[in-house]
Amino acid sequence: MSKIVNRVCAGLFLDSVILMQISRSITRLDGVEDAALMIGTPSNLDLLDNAKLLARASRKATGGDLILAVRARDETAAASALAKAEILLERPTVGHTGTTTLRPRTLRSAQDILPAANLALISVPGDFAAAEARKALRAGLNVMLFSDNVSLSEEVSLKREAVAAGLLVMGPDCGTAIIGGVPLAFANQIPQGAIGIIGASGTGIQEVSSLIAQAGYGVSHALGVGGRDLSDPVGGISTLAALAMLEADSATRHIVLISKPPSQSVAKRVIDTLAHSEKPCTVCFLGADAPSLPDNVSFARTLKAAAELATGRSSKNKRPEFKSVIPPVPPGRQRIHGLFCGGTLSSEAQVVFLDQGVSVASNAPIPGAEAVGSGTSHVLIDLGSDEYTRGRPHPMIDPTVRDEELTKALADPTIAVILLDVVIGFGAHPDPAGTIVQVVAAAGTERPIVVASVTGTDDDPQDRRTQVAKLVDGGIVVAPTNADAAKLALSCLVRDD
Amino acid sequence: MNKASDQQKSGAQIKEKTVQQSLLNGPPQVINLGLASFADELTKQGTVVVHVDWSPPARGDVELANLLSKLNE
Amino acid sequence: MMTTSEKVGSNIRKANAEAIRRILEAKPVLIDVVPASEAIPALQEGMILHAGPPIDWGNMCGPMRGAVTGIAVFEGWATDLAEAEQLAESGAFSLNPNHDFGAVGPMTGMTTLSQPVLVVENRASGNHAFCTINEGLGKVMRFGGNDASVLKRLGWLRDTLGPALGVALRAGKGIELKPLVARGLTMGDEMHQRNLGCSSLLLRTLAPDLARTVDDRTALAEMLSFIGSNDQFFLNLAMALGKAIMDPVCDIDCSSVVTAMTRNGTDFGIRVSGLGDEWFTAPVEMPEGLYFPGFSADDANPDMGDSTIVETIGLGGFAMAAAPAVAGFVGAGTPSIAADFTRTMGEITLTQNPEWTIPALDYQGVPTGIDIRLVVETGITPTINTGIAHRKPGIGQVGAGVVKAPLACFELALKALATRLGVR
Repeated sequence: MSKIVNRVCAGLFLDSVILMQISRSITRLDGVEDAALMIGTPSNLDLLDNAKLLARASRKATGGDLILAVRARDETAAASALAKAEILLERPTVGHTGTTTLRPRTLRSAQDILPAANLALISVPGDFAAAEARKALRAGLNVMLFSDNVSLSEEVSLKREAVAAGLLVMGPDCGTAIIGGVPLAFANQIPQGAIGIIGASGTGIQEVSSLIAQAGYGVSHALGVGGRDLSDPVGGISTLAALAMLEADSATRHIVLISKPPSQSVAKRVIDTLAHSEKPCTVCFLGADAPSLPDNVSFARTLKAAAELATGRSSKNKRPEFKSVIPPVPPGRQRIHGLFCGGTLSSEAQVVFLDQGVSVASNAPIPGAEAVGSGTSHVLIDLGSDEYTRGRPHPMIDPTVRDEELTKALADPTIAVILLDVVIGFGAHPDPAGTIVQVVAAAGTERPIVVASVTGTDDDPQDRRTQVAKLVDGGIVVAPTNADAAKLALSCLVRDD
Repeated sequence: MNKASDQQKSGAQIKEKTVQQSLLNGPPQVINLGLASFADELTKQGTVVVHVDWSPPARGDVELANLLSKLNE
Repeated sequence: MMTTSEKVGSNIRKANAEAIRRILEAKPVLIDVVPASEAIPALQEGMILHAGPPIDWGNMCGPMRGAVTGIAVFEGWATDLAEAEQLAESGAFSLNPNHDFGAVGPMTGMTTLSQPVLVVENRASGNHAFCTINEGLGKVMRFGGNDASVLKRLGWLRDTLGPALGVALRAGKGIELKPLVARGLTMGDEMHQRNLGCSSLLLRTLAPDLARTVDDRTALAEMLSFIGSNDQFFLNLAMALGKAIMDPVCDIDCSSVVTAMTRNGTDFGIRVSGLGDEWFTAPVEMPEGLYFPGFSADDANPDMGDSTIVETIGLGGFAMAAAPAVAGFVGAGTPSIAADFTRTMGEITLTQNPEWTIPALDYQGVPTGIDIRLVVETGITPTINTGIAHRKPGIGQVGAGVVKAPLACFELALKALATRLGVR
């Protein structure tokens, strides 16, 4: 037989919503059949009565009274429910935090929150990226388009719209930018300085800006433009816009332009524009022969050379950690196998090989290099290309792809030297050196020589010094720059011969 | 015809210089759409950033999204 | 050279700017209370206006049927509920949406010839909107109640309170409603589930004129007590003011602004400015909320009523931040959650109403002008604060809560607007 227990609290008024909430939590208690907390108005008394919740003594209650009514399995359950109700009444808001983490759901409402915003950083899936970028441009925002899989025609239309609105589109597939000292997406902690960088490649910007920082200089801004910007269809729209910006920027005293070889007509337009610049410029078209250049423009074959030209000094690194002892190449091995997270770093390594007269193959070959499967023995792989990253994270974020390829290469008896890049900085894996060392250690002693370089700075979250030390401790030969690592790999073979 | 469009272009470039200057005039103020980690990194560095809790427009319905983009043009 | 779609977008923007202008510049004033037959000349014997989009007897939910039979007895078209049901079944009544006659009604929303209606004039556009007088809490017709006590109260409203309010209002210059709502928002009202502040303010304003014009002291006391004891008295007025504001917005070519949202207990329907009086409907959803003792979600009727007109003008669920207590209906109940509801509605609205501000949001205005494009794009649908009726006729209110407008209405409307504008 169920038991109805009431308590009448005189002169206690609480919002009916709070009362309903408490009623609900009491009703859920074990042994409770029904419960209600109500002000004792006549209509409420009827309600309670109809719900078989009203004790006879409570019929005298008035609108100034609060009735705590419980119908429960037995006296004990009813009493504990009433006790719980009283606790909740004392602190009706108990158990809730007052903070809210509501985030805007659209660019439009984000702009309401931050009307001074001047840049949209877009990394939504490629199918939606162009539409979001267009919204951003229409809202008067510059765009850094990290997303890839944006069609060429979308890219052109976005960039044209941006120019008409006096805005810049960085990307698509723009992984790196530094604006006013702020690293965006995959970038490194670089001191502010006088060198402005424009790059059609993320890791190219990272290597050059890191080498500039290592040499004791700084970067004013680094603007990505996307890998296709200097192609014929796009026509260098963003490169030219970025050049105009850096030209007008008083903090920028030297301009570095990094790209894979551009189309001839676009290269001409860019160089004509540079000729009118009042600032000294360095051009690095990785893999292209030096074009004829105006007096204020120098040409760099490699990223390393670009950094040297921009800073005006050679980045010869005399740090002790690079004095690694290079072990002899195991007998019978002749191949160099490169596994790169940075596509531009793989291009730079190819330049080094070709400049030394060594033929090389790649899945992303520069002019003069062969395609993979052509029978060329030295192979430099860009693990960031679609065939490795489709449906998987980029190896800079999650090294699984590289770990797998590295494990295979370590077990390959034809490989003499494995060449690696290690890219650190914001957005990158927290400890790429650590994972490489683990994989290499698992291969045992009968393995190829592993040569690596670390792209980044001592101020990066991963700390370049720490990463280098880990690699050296793990038996990996570390070169000061990516170009030096390629040279070092070649010299191992030469020594062996 | 060509001359007119050239004039238009140079007009656009003047505007371009004045407006684009503002992107490089100080630390950027960022609206982040997509990877939340980018916004987190920027916040850690003290950059002003608002992260959008983004989801595909029209819940990913291609036909509706297409109509929307045309109605929004 | 412009493409068609570029022109469409700018036409929509222009049309919406005009819609917003009309919403913000509206000037609703309570000017009178008259019998519905006088306010709406098109009303005929046997004609019943109901809440929501069009619906026939066969598809009506329990409470709606209860109200139809009750009002038929009240109007003298049937001698009892059983006869009324037979007549309804035989198609003897003409059932029409309130919205087609410049009217709105809460929950079942019955409007017939002899019921007194509040008359709100929009002095910016000159149009009028009507709503019956709120019956109070408990067993009432708007929740499908139809017993003798319900009909008796309707009789008193018809014979006593309605005429007296009419006389008192005609003696004055009318009561401007926008400033009243603005004050209500600062007093914790959102004008849908909480009208305590505005009801009190209205009584304070009406009382002197009532006292001057009603001779019978007992009757006067009864009227003052009726209004004073009904925290929701203002709801019907808020609805009429909403209708008065939105009706002039109904015919702007190309506009994607929602001009009406309403439900009949079976379907949820919306109208869009650029699509005139066409309804876009989808099955109505169940409210989520808290129940009176003895009742549970099993007893609940699907959502019902024209009262969503208040959300259409930025009140109710859209103004939740002003009424933190009401946020409790979703089960969390913190003031910060209340603010989130209002902020979220900002995602689907074009502007904020500078006259209706919310102290807890640093005096931001209520989110105003629902754009179907924003609803479809974000998948965020309007949040509606609502009462919950028992699914059986004649029982009445069993709780209160929050319900979402179904997304399908907005998707249908978007497709129709695209077709209308030649976009495919």
